[in-house]
Amino acid sequence: MTPSGVDRGGDGARFAELRAAAVALLAAMAAGSLLIILAGASPLEVWRTLVARTFGDAYGAGQVVFRATPLVLTGLAVAVPLRAGLFNIGAEGQMIAAAMCCAVVGAALPAATPALLALPVAMAAAAVAGGAVGAATGALRAYRGAHEVIVAILLNAIIAGVALWLGNQWLFVGEATRTASVVEGARFAELGITGSSASSSVVVALVAAAAVGWLQTRSTIGFRWRMIGGGPDAALAAGISVARDRVSAMAAAGALAGLAGAHFVLGHKHAFEEGLGRGVGFLGVAVALLAQGRAAAIVVSAVLFAALSQGGLGVAELVPKELVDVLQAVVVLVAAATLGRTTSVGGGAR
Amino acid sequence: MGSARLFGGLVALNVALVVIGHAIAPATRAAPAPDAVTIGLVFDVGGRDDKSFNDAAWRGLEWARRDFGVELLVIEPSDGADREAALRQLAARGVDLVIGVGFIFSADLEKLARRFPTVAFAGVDFSPSEGVAVPVNLAGLRFREHEGSFVVGAIAGLTTRTKVVGFVGGMKIPLIRKFEAGYIAGVRHVCPDCRVKSAYAGTEPKAFADPMLGQELAGAQFDDGADIIYHASGKTGAGVLAAAEARHKLAIGVDSDQFHEAPCCVLTSMIKRVDVAVHQVVADVVAGRFRGGLRELGLAEDGVGFVADDHNRRLLPPAVVARARALAAEVVAGTIVVPSQ
Repeated sequence: MTPSGVDRGGDGARFAELRAAAVALLAAMAAGSLLIILAGASPLEVWRTLVARTFGDAYGAGQVVFRATPLVLTGLAVAVPLRAGLFNIGAEGQMIAAAMCCAVVGAALPAATPALLALPVAMAAAAVAGGAVGAATGALRAYRGAHEVIVAILLNAIIAGVALWLGNQWLFVGEATRTASVVEGARFAELGITGSSASSSVVVALVAAAAVGWLQTRSTIGFRWRMIGGGPDAALAAGISVARDRVSAMAAAGALAGLAGAHFVLGHKHAFEEGLGRGVGFLGVAVALLAQGRAAAIVVSAVLFAALSQGGLGVAELVPKELVDVLQAVVVLVAAATLGRTTSVGGGAR
Repeated sequence: MGSARLFGGLVALNVALVVIGHAIAPATRAAPAPDAVTIGLVFDVGGRDDKSFNDAAWRGLEWARRDFGVELLVIEPSDGADREAALRQLAARGVDLVIGVGFIFSADLEKLARRFPTVAFAGVDFSPSEGVAVPVNLAGLRFREHEGSFVVGAIAGLTTRTKVVGFVGGMKIPLIRKFEAGYIAGVRHVCPDCRVKSAYAGTEPKAFADPMLGQELAGAQFDDGADIIYHASGKTGAGVLAAAEARHKLAIGVDSDQFHEAPCCVLTSMIKRVDVAVHQVVADVVAGRFRGGLRELGLAEDGVGFVADDHNRRLLPPAVVARARALAAEVVAGTIVVPSQ
């Protein structure tokens, strides 16, 4: 999981990036302090509480791990197509479709299925479902010329609606808006960090990050993705099937987003429910952009965003909830503005 | 391009903001006495200031704070994913009682009650999972909303001139269906040839937080001849009341007394004493007699009821109030059984 050897800039470029990141954080912090003052609270107290409730104790740290796990996966789901010149705004829908399939398969398994069989089967269901949605998006782009952003936005809405309809019609049990629970064997164990939700699905996220890092820098398919991202015409002239590899990039992305869905179903709720993981697919875009699409950096970026959302909840008693939402958006905005100057991400000519 | 200066300037700006902000911020609350009972509460979608369900829970907490001097920690989750995390954070910090306001918390509360066996939990509108016992440290607070809805349905049936009345529900779930079923039964009980028009705002939680849609649904029912609409839709109901105000028709509020949201037009409100339920469960914790399990509050327990006071007297004649009280007494006595679905 070393940072990519291919796109490593000089030390100067690396330093410029770090400095830009620091400037982004400082500017966001200043804007946040101003908002906090306007809300009538003390910035010192809010920042102190935010840090104390995230990295200040084992519980907070565990919650950060828990929140970072799916963000790594959806971040990767955005980063992989980004290299191939495609923008995957559909991680949200891919994740929901996968979570639904994962929950149905996980609940349908015989109750005594051992974990060694149940976990892989349920995870595969998620990856296949997410991958299918991703592949469909990629195929519409590759073979029909439909813009993948428009297609994905529409698919997000369709999938959210269909999942809710399927649930209300057949799958939700009792008075609740959740499906039946998955069998015992198909559950990730909690890590047991003082009551936090962190589960062993974090291993899946780390393995996925390592695998994507390897694919991007050492494999031929990763090379082909870079080729079609850099210049489809040149790639075509070099004998690469641009259409096929656009589909493969989106399928891989969908599978990764699908694993984020599996994290919520198998590692947390043990069922599909309305609102499960909402927003994590979209936040994956921010995670991937901040990390400039690099697998190792995505892990760090996911932890940062996880800390922000967990910290936001930690200060919920001090400031209004709207302020926390605004603060997160400010960080993304400032980060995008300052980082955008140092490097262009993906750089895909279409 | 002077990026060192930019960097230094930002650092200085941050320090200045933090120092100034700390100086001008109102003094922080005194640290709670270490032995004070601490109550944590997480709001439902719609959140504080919905003038309805969540506000009723908040009133119960404030009431408990006045009575028992308990410390309050209140969290409004900003989206669905934070609901469980908010409950968990309160439990992990060892508060004495964690309250989740809304049926949506049910599965999370069951899981967390098992995960944190030494913390007391309570769920308002709690809906138990089938086939599993409710954990001993979890109190499920439920209401027989159909009973209160029956009485306001009767009021609507006695008051309507067009013989058409409406119902606007929030999210289409069995809980809201209870309001609708009781209401329809009440209307029919006093006015067998009255018609009831029903509409729901949606199938997901945001159906409780969409006043625009509420106004459209209510407007359509008024246009179809309804002259009174009862809503059970949280913040969405603000739109129902606004539609009544715009068309000079009548509306029936829900959960809290909603008269002041539209003084011209709120005939009465079906009040659900979430405040009573919350106050009670806090009192139990303070007195050390908290017990888990399901509790149902209906007309007999004053858990539900309707509003007839000086404010709405102009709209609600004494004869109607008397009839409504008589019907309520019959429900309490068991001579009328109100359907819940």
